[in-house]
Amino acid sequence: MQTETVHITPYRTLAWVLITLLGLTFITITATWIDLSALTVAVALLIATVKAYIVLTYFMHLKFESSLFRVFVFMVLFIYVLVIAFTLSDYLFR
Amino acid sequence: MEHRDDIGSKLGMWIFIFTEILLFGGLFLVYAIMRSSYSTEFHQAAHHLNAFIGAINTVVLLVSSATVAMSISAVQKGNKKLAVILLLITLLCAAIFMVNKYFEWGHKIHIGLYPGSALMLTLSHGQVMFFSLYYFMTGLHMFHLVVGGIILTIAIIKVQNGSINKDRYVLLENGGLYWHLVDLIWIYLFPLLYLIT
Amino acid sequence: MTEEKTHHPEPSYLVDTGKYKGLMAWLTSTDHKRIGLMYMYAMMVFFAVGVILGMVMRIELFWPGQQFYGPQAYNGIFTIHGIIMIFTVVIPGLAAVFGNFSMPIMIGARDVAFPRLNLFSFYLYVIGAAIALASQFMGNGPPDTGWTFYAPYSIQTHTNVVAAVFGAFVLGFSSILTGLNFIVTMHRMRAPGMTFFKMPLFPWSLYATAWIQVLATPIVGITLLMIIAERWLRIGFFDPSLGGDPVLYQHLFWIYSHPAVYIMILPAMGVITEIIPTFAQKKIFGYKAIAISSLAIALVGYFVWAHHMYTSGMSTTARWVFSLLTFLVAVPSAIKVFNWVTTMYKGSISLKPPFLFALGFIFLFMIGGMTGLSLGALATNIHVHDTAYVVAHFHYIVFGGVGFAFFAAIFYWYPKMYGRMYNFKMANWSFVFLFTGFNLLYFPQFIIGMMGMPRRYFDYLPQFTLGHQLSFFGGLLLVIGFIIMLITLFSKKGAPAPDNPWGGRTFEWRIPSPPPVENFEVMPEMAENEQPYDYK
Repeated sequence: MQTETVHITPYRTLAWVLITLLGLTFITITATWIDLSALTVAVALLIATVKAYIVLTYFMHLKFESSLFRVFVFMVLFIYVLVIAFTLSDYLFR
Repeated sequence: MEHRDDIGSKLGMWIFIFTEILLFGGLFLVYAIMRSSYSTEFHQAAHHLNAFIGAINTVVLLVSSATVAMSISAVQKGNKKLAVILLLITLLCAAIFMVNKYFEWGHKIHIGLYPGSALMLTLSHGQVMFFSLYYFMTGLHMFHLVVGGIILTIAIIKVQNGSINKDRYVLLENGGLYWHLVDLIWIYLFPLLYLIT
Repeated sequence: MTEEKTHHPEPSYLVDTGKYKGLMAWLTSTDHKRIGLMYMYAMMVFFAVGVILGMVMRIELFWPGQQFYGPQAYNGIFTIHGIIMIFTVVIPGLAAVFGNFSMPIMIGARDVAFPRLNLFSFYLYVIGAAIALASQFMGNGPPDTGWTFYAPYSIQTHTNVVAAVFGAFVLGFSSILTGLNFIVTMHRMRAPGMTFFKMPLFPWSLYATAWIQVLATPIVGITLLMIIAERWLRIGFFDPSLGGDPVLYQHLFWIYSHPAVYIMILPAMGVITEIIPTFAQKKIFGYKAIAISSLAIALVGYFVWAHHMYTSGMSTTARWVFSLLTFLVAVPSAIKVFNWVTTMYKGSISLKPPFLFALGFIFLFMIGGMTGLSLGALATNIHVHDTAYVVAHFHYIVFGGVGFAFFAAIFYWYPKMYGRMYNFKMANWSFVFLFTGFNLLYFPQFIIGMMGMPRRYFDYLPQFTLGHQLSFFGGLLLVIGFIIMLITLFSKKGAPAPDNPWGGRTFEWRIPSPPPVENFEVMPEMAENEQPYDYK
């Protein structure tokens, strides 16, 4: 049985998180109307990553879990990003 | 002797989430390569997608993530009724998403735009790759959404009958984590498939 | 140094005490010890099938030209030989058998974190293997693509690729769930006082392995699904006529399959790391270096996959990047070998069968590892890629390495598993035949490979004949060695085993042989100053 105090996320926090996410979605959509050519992907991915970070931190409760979970998430994403980068070392330089 | 380890249970669920991230990761890798090789054609092909429906689906999933997170808070506070209502809203959102998808895919299949179709085989390489990725990625995502829906349904039953309660709710947390994963994947799918026009 | 056998009131895990008896008691058991043994029995059957397939190939290759069957059959045989050996034997390997049996005991736990999930992993394993084997007997004929299923041929061939690939998919799921289970077990169920850096090194190796299982396997999972989608739906990712790229398949496949070889070897190295201190009666040299090097191998091993693809048409940039990283990954492995040898130095050596096989491992793994360097180096790879040289290299690593470590582990933990000793002389003879046969089989393959003998070829030029014939005789010696080993293991005439026949220091040697169902009467703890390899 857990004896530590349990963190309960207030409804209001979750509501604000939702509003932020909806706002970022709106920004993503409008940003794509502006043509930045190659940068468009980067901007879209950047905003998506901010949204993902918010979902991970608040909805998935990572902010309030032990740091071990955050380390794991970071390592997994780090490895994955490197795999993409190394694969692109083939395709971008052919 | 009951051996209960909620943190261990949650850790297990997170590791499972990592495997799902890598599973979709393979598809996103293919996307990255195809997009880098066929950026103009991806741009053209994306016009066939309805960004408005895609946006609705994004909103619907974000709301559903919020409601499932809130349902956990509700259970933690002992508010069984609210928890069930929130979970039902989550399921409703899932259903809306599925209906939208049904119409999206249905329309494309109806006009002959699907992998291996006669029309598809006349399109340029980049466009074919775009649509293959579209179907595979949204299809796999749909599968996970349905699984998530089943998990949440089980969670509702357990909240209703009290086996998930204020002192014992790791199953709901884990179900919620799975649902957030479904949301996270869509957060990336939406801009990469629908907003590259 | 052995301990007195005291009276142990609890029944051993081998006794059926639950609702079921006999076979059902085993098939429904969530006891990690029984699950480990069930994996072992299944694996032995699959290994035997794989060995027979190997010998069937060697027989055909005894002379150039067709002897007993034609090229289509040959292609099917090397394909299923690879699928069985890789996916049902060496990838589950030591982790599924000894990880399950020994690891929880070694960390002071009663079982793994999710025992029912563990049994489910076993069921997936059997089902996956059955599906893969079914591919041999279904309508369109056994797959002839090689276990690597390269596109575009795997998309075009009419043989039962989907069955084989789906079997591999299910097997992958089994691997993922086992890895998940082991990670949570080691994080949450270590004995009080046992910090991560006081955990024995076999569990450490399993920890690193489990992360690879969990993070790499899903990628081959999705790749296998892509093969099915290509064949059934023409999605075209690997089809140039639709805009796809066959080399993309190779990237996706090897992004898993290279880390997979570390799934194979890390637990093997972990077992050797247990056996050496025990039979040298000396603390392992460089505990922390070995622990960290396991993680380093797992991490760096993620980024070397394209060394399987130097001749595929990749960019030059990719080729030198991957060659560089491949050299880096050799370093942590070398650290381990150095530490094993240093542990033995000035130790009190007892040349029992587990130690003999461990020495065999070090020798064979070194040859495999060093020939890996010549394969990892871009310039030399060009000459030996897709030749018998590669075949020899990976058999030295996988069979000479993982295989011999597996035999060492069986001989090491057999007294604990069954409560009986075995005939050392016979075990040693099995080693002699296996070691000699192994080298006679595979060393000539290095030579004819360098001379130009291609791999996966049903026929060959006359100048390679002697090499193939030597290999055949090596194979015969191996088979004899296996028969001797089986007789040794299955003979029930051994003396009852004490709790600690070898004088080991890890927890499994403090409980009865065989252990009671719950492992420990009193849960062990580690004191502040206690170390995992506390030899006098």
